[in-house]
Amino acid sequence: MIEFRQVTKRYDSDHTALRQVNFHLDRGELAFLTGHSGAGKSTLLKLLMVMERPTAGEVVVGGQALNRLPRRQVPYIRRHIGVVFQNHQLLFDRTVFDNVAMPLEVMGASPRDVGRRVRAALDKVGLLSKEKMNPLQLSGGEQQRVGIARAVVNKPPLLLADEPTGNLDPKLSADIMNLFAQFSQVGVTVLIASHDLALINEMDRRTLTLDHGNLIAGGTPLQGGFRGR
Amino acid sequence: MAVDPLSKPRKPDIARGAKASRSPWREQAESYFIHHRKVARDSASRMWRTPVASLMTWTVMGVALALPVALLLLLTSLQGVSAGWESGARVTAYMKLDASLEQTRKLAEEIGADGRVDGVELIDRDRALTEFRASSGLDDALDYLDENPLPHTLLITPEESARTADGVASLLMFVESMEGIERVQVDLGWLQRLNAMTDLLARAVWALAILLAAAVVLVIGNTVRLSIESRRDEILVAKLVGGTDGFVRRPFLYTGAWFGLGGGVVAWILLQLSLWWLSGPIERLAGLYSSDFSLSGLSFDGAFALIIVAMLLGWLGAWIAVKRHLDDIEPGEIAGG
Ligand SMILES: Nc1ncnc2c1ncn2[C@@H]1O[C@H](COP(=O)(O)OP(=O)(O)OP(=O)(O)O)[C@@H](O)[C@H]1O
Ligand SMILES: [Mg+2]
Repeated sequence: MIEFRQVTKRYDSDHTALRQVNFHLDRGELAFLTGHSGAGKSTLLKLLMVMERPTAGEVVVGGQALNRLPRRQVPYIRRHIGVVFQNHQLLFDRTVFDNVAMPLEVMGASPRDVGRRVRAALDKVGLLSKEKMNPLQLSGGEQQRVGIARAVVNKPPLLLADEPTGNLDPKLSADIMNLFAQFSQVGVTVLIASHDLALINEMDRRTLTLDHGNLIAGGTPLQGGFRGR
Repeated sequence: MAVDPLSKPRKPDIARGAKASRSPWREQAESYFIHHRKVARDSASRMWRTPVASLMTWTVMGVALALPVALLLLLTSLQGVSAGWESGARVTAYMKLDASLEQTRKLAEEIGADGRVDGVELIDRDRALTEFRASSGLDDALDYLDENPLPHTLLITPEESARTADGVASLLMFVESMEGIERVQVDLGWLQRLNAMTDLLARAVWALAILLAAAVVLVIGNTVRLSIESRRDEILVAKLVGGTDGFVRRPFLYTGAWFGLGGGVVAWILLQLSLWWLSGPIERLAGLYSSDFSLSGLSFDGAFALIIVAMLLGWLGAWIAVKRHLDDIEPGEIAGG
C-alpha cells in the first residue's frame, strides 16, 4: 500500500529531514511512527500527502509513484488518503455535519450520498447526535473525533494521523487508538505518528522509529521480532 | 452502528480509483450543477452579510463603469447631430448685385438640372430683405438705406449621394465657376471641426474606458484577495481533502461576478439618474440652437450588455486575484511539526 524506496528529503540545502528511508506497509496494516522531536515524522507523512516532494528516492502509494505526479493530479491522490492532525483543522463557521461532509463535497457527491455517508461516519465515532452543533461547542476529544470522521468519510484506503492523541487524557487516547484499530481491521492501512510511547507499547503493533531522519527500527515488513517493541 | 463506513475498502490502485466514478454520468452532472448553484448562492449571501462594504465596492465599480458609458452615449448623440446636419446640408449661392432676376432664374434651372442637385430654391432680393427685416430686428435702420443691399440668392439642396464633405465641396466648385455668381457659401467648416472633435473624443473616451475597466478589475481583484485571506482555513482544508484548484477557486470567481453584477446595476442607475437630471437643461439648450439634439439613454440591450461586461470584468478581477494568491496556499503549513 505504501512504499518508501531510498527516500531522502532535504529542506534547505544543508538540513536533511529524512535519509534514505526504506520501508513498506501492506494493506490493512496499522503501524506507529515514532522518534524524537524533529526526527522527521511529520515530514514522512507530508511526503505521502504530496505536501512535500522527496529530494531523492521514490514514494509509492497504492501502486502510484508520487514523484513525478503532476500537480493537477495531486487532489485525486488526496481523496484517497484520510488525514488527522493534532490541531484537528475543523472549520468553526459551519456545523459538525458540514465539516465532515467536506471530502465528499470536493468529490462532487450527490446530496443524498453525502447525508448517508456523513451520518455513517459520525455514527462510527459516536457523534451522530451532535451533527448540527458547531465544533466550538464540543470538547477537545469530540473535536478530534470529528476530525477522524472527516478523514474516513469517503472510505479512504489509507489513513494518516499526526499526533492524533496529542493532549487528550489516556482514556480518550485509548478510545481513539481503538477506533484506528477497527479501521485497519476492515482493510484500511493506518500510519500514526506519535510520541506517546506508553500507548504505543500497549497497542503492541509494528513501530517505525526515526532518529535524525534515519529509520532505525521497524523498517522491514511485519515479522514477529517487531511486535511489542 | 447503522452502516459501517469502511465495510467496503477501495481497491488499492489509487490513481485508477480516482478517475473512475461509481455514479452514472447523469447523477454526476446533476450534482455538479447543484454544487454550482450552492456556491453561487453562498457567494451571494456572503456579500449580503457585509452590506456596507459590498455596497461601497458596487458604487466604486458603478462610478467607474458609468463614466465611460455616459461619455460614449454623449458621443453617439453628437455623431447624430453631425449626421443630421449633413443630411440637411445646403449650399447658398449669392448672385452678383447687378444680376437680373431673369438671369438668376435661368441659372437656377441650369443648376437644378445637374445630377448632384436635388432642388434649387430662388429667393429674390425683395423677399430676402423682408426676411432679413423680420429676423434681424433692424427694421428701422434698414429704412434709412436707399436701396436693397441684398442680392438674389439660390438655396441649393444636394442630391442624397452628394451629401458628403467631398460631394458638397465639388458641387461648391461647380456653382462657383458659373457666371453671375458672386459668392458660394456652405458652412462645412464647423461640421468638419465637429467631426474631428468627435473622432478625438471617441479615442479619448475609449482610452478612458480601458483605464477605468482596468481599475475595476484591480478593485475587484483586491476585494477578492481580502476575501481569500479571510477564508484561508477553509481553502487549506479543501485542498487537504482533495479539492481541485477549480473547486477552490469557484466561490471566489462567483464573488467577482456578483460584484460585477452589483456594479453594473449601480452604473445603470447612475446613468438613468444623470440622464433624467440633464434632460431638461439639454432640451432647453438644444431649443436655443433650434437643434433636435437629445441625449439618448441606454437601450435595454445596452443595459444588458453593460451588466454582462461588468460581470466579466468582476470575474476577470477575481480570476487574477485567485491566480496570484490562492494557488500559493498549500496545506503543508497546517500539518504542523
Ligand atoms: N518546511 C520546512 N522547512 C525547513 N525545515 C523543515 C520544514 N519542515 C520541517 N523541517 C525540519 O525538518 C526536521 C523534521 O521535521 P518534522 O516536522 O518532520 O519533525 P517531527 O518528527 O514531526 O517532530 P515533532 O515530533 O516535533 O512533530 C526538523 O528539524 C524541522 O526543523
Ligand atoms: Mg511532527
